Amino acid sequence: MSGHESKYTPNSAFERWLDTRLPIIRFANDTMITFPTPKNLNYWYVFGGILAVCLAIQIITGVILAMHYEASVDGAFASVERIMRDVPYGWLLRYIHANGASMFFLAVYLHMFRGLYYGSYKAPREVLWIIGCVIYLLMMATAFLGYMLPWGQMSYHGSNVITGLFGAIPLVGESIQTWLMGGPSIGNQTLQRFFSLHYLLPFMIAGAVILHIWALHVPGNTNPTGVEVKDVEKDTVPFHPYYTVKDAFAIVIFLIMFAVFVFYAPGVLGHADNYIEANALVTPAHIVPEWYLLPFYAILRAITFDLGPIDAKLLGVIFMFAAIAVLFVLPWLDTSKVKSMRYRPVARQFFFGFVVVCFLLGWCGAANPDDAVIPALQGDPSLVVSYTVDGAPASASYKGGEEAFEQAKAFMASLPAGANPSLSAVPAPTFAFRHLSLILTFLYFGYFVALFFIGLTEKPKALPESIHKSVLKRKPKDTGNAVPAE
Amino acid sequence: MKTFRILAAGLAGLAFAGLAHAAGGAKHPHGPEAGWPFEGITGQYDKASVQRGYQVYKQVCSSCHGMKLLSYRNLGEPGGPFYDPAYPNPNDNPFVKALAAENEVLNATPNEAGEYEFRPAMPADRFRSPFPNEAAARAANGGALPPDLSVMVKARHYGADYIYSLMTGYPDFSLYEDLVTEENGETVYQTVIDMAKFEKLGEYKPDHGPAYLLQPAGQYYNPYMAGDTTPNFQGDPRHTPPGGFLAMGPQLPDGRVEYTDGTEATTSQMAYDVAQFLAWAAEPKLEARKRTGLATMVFLLVLTTLLWFSYKQIWRKVEH
Repeated sequence: MSGHESKYTPNSAFERWLDTRLPIIRFANDTMITFPTPKNLNYWYVFGGILAVCLAIQIITGVILAMHYEASVDGAFASVERIMRDVPYGWLLRYIHANGASMFFLAVYLHMFRGLYYGSYKAPREVLWIIGCVIYLLMMATAFLGYMLPWGQMSYHGSNVITGLFGAIPLVGESIQTWLMGGPSIGNQTLQRFFSLHYLLPFMIAGAVILHIWALHVPGNTNPTGVEVKDVEKDTVPFHPYYTVKDAFAIVIFLIMFAVFVFYAPGVLGHADNYIEANALVTPAHIVPEWYLLPFYAILRAITFDLGPIDAKLLGVIFMFAAIAVLFVLPWLDTSKVKSMRYRPVARQFFFGFVVVCFLLGWCGAANPDDAVIPALQGDPSLVVSYTVDGAPASASYKGGEEAFEQAKAFMASLPAGANPSLSAVPAPTFAFRHLSLILTFLYFGYFVALFFIGLTEKPKALPESIHKSVLKRKPKDTGNAVPAE
Repeated sequence: MKTFRILAAGLAGLAFAGLAHAAGGAKHPHGPEAGWPFEGITGQYDKASVQRGYQVYKQVCSSCHGMKLLSYRNLGEPGGPFYDPAYPNPNDNPFVKALAAENEVLNATPNEAGEYEFRPAMPADRFRSPFPNEAAARAANGGALPPDLSVMVKARHYGADYIYSLMTGYPDFSLYEDLVTEENGETVYQTVIDMAKFEKLGEYKPDHGPAYLLQPAGQYYNPYMAGDTTPNFQGDPRHTPPGGFLAMGPQLPDGRVEYTDGTEATTSQMAYDVAQFLAWAAEPKLEARKRTGLATMVFLLVLTTLLWFSYKQIWRKVEH
């Protein structure tokens, strides 16, 4: 509510002097102290504050780590370990920074799901939502760049995969890839520019966060009912002390979870391979990104077919970027005027389905695409004898228990010399992760299409008249009024 | 609706569990039966075991494996195996000095004649590298490069369990058999292991033999090593044994070292000690981390309580 009247009165001569020149104290007072906030915000609304704390933690620890880090292919890996061993409390700084990235994403995902559920992207908050999406994109870029810096195996080969994505773009792709890497391949120059950008982007995030808060304070917060504030006196409370204390409580709970990771399981969210120094000649068995990028990695790998002139790799890249791009246009895809899913019985079911799809996509991203989703349902592998008949390849398949092996061996022995028989086990066809990923990819996009049509046909439940009435309705006993139960 | 939520929560848990997927087809490593003393929220290293582990490293591993991220002074730092509170600066600790001096290192600065000389190591020196460069290491090890062990426990899934399982998991030499076959009129001599006789494979053991696993020259089978045994397995390919081959043979037969503290040097004892030493080397600040963690948790819990009551107090008159 930028329209809300300023309640600030300068108390000292200095404050009065400053207020007519740079009303910065008035600004801080209006945004952080007296800002009218709906009184019915629940705990899903605490993640904004938590995210601000996360950003501050990452920047502070990051700046100190940068004082000790060496951005060179020969020294990066050892310098990170030196920080852990010889810098006073370096282990603490580095584990906070490394796990802090995961905590940051955990909070941002909960913040985004909150926005999706309570319709925080709808008019008049479209710009607020879009700035949030920009912050999310910047976060992903920053996290990816930061993951490169320890110069471990996953750093190197992960960067190879991601920069390779740009190489899939027709015509200009290779030039873009070379431009990003600063040369024909990933090397010292790539590490240095990634370090430079990793230091830059958090400050761009901080800038975007200021715009985000500005865009929040023009229309004001949403709230779980989705009904806008009608009476500032009855519907809202000042931000301080009501929400400062509530946010502080939530932040400390969040920090406890954060501390559990930092102190008792600092490596559990990372990958062991990243403690092996980068080696271009040895590729890890499974290249996987950090957990927070897994759903998009699953979408990227889900596309294994060409579509007309577009080959599978490019199509995967298009789908992956579309999965993020679709968030930007969400305010115009959702046609319903009702904000909160509380009053949208159909869309609500779809929302929970969407959450499940996102989790399952993450699961697919971590798995080997060819593995069975449910190994128990996969049939027994068959034995296949491959051989040649007059130079043409031929094969024979055997199924069953121990006798199948005996039969296959007998068959191999019976083949004439020069048939070059070889025996292998071929897994039974099954419902593999690549199939599941493809289905989930369509369900992911399907949610946004569904929102368009549901909004046109859905009959929402009756909305409460105002925020304070919805609050009172939940506690009929306290008011003494006879209000029929919901 | 409720069942749907429970289902969603279950699937979410499943998705997170999926992240912990083990890589490769190696056998799942196991730790010692009693677990590790450094596990849990107050876990600490068993100093005596880490000291013995250093002895195993020094007398066995260090002839091929370097630990270039460690210095001898680390042994005498707080949390280190030879820390002595009488010497807050480990460079003064005579025991650490003596341990360092057992190693000859090349001086980093040239002498008056401009030549680089070997000298006994000082606590400030890095652990001596067994080979001057990668090519020398490969040449001495049949083409294989012995990996640096500084952060080995952090660089493998299941860390210390993996080291322990790998060192104790080799098939006994008595299982190695010579297999003589005729192929295209030529006699072929091969070394094989009948997997049906390898009891340690447990559930992976083929029911009946012979299920021969061909041993490549200069390579040793280990069920815990990441790799692929398919090309070398002559039995039913549907029951290919787990694990792979590595250029390091079994290094810790009973009595390989003579412990200075009189502990009996069995294979599992040495594997236990060296795994714990490597765990310390990879994570030397573990004890400080857990101590700080406990204090932090107490502080945060007190703060949470205070904030909870402040919250209740401030909001007591507001319907929300």
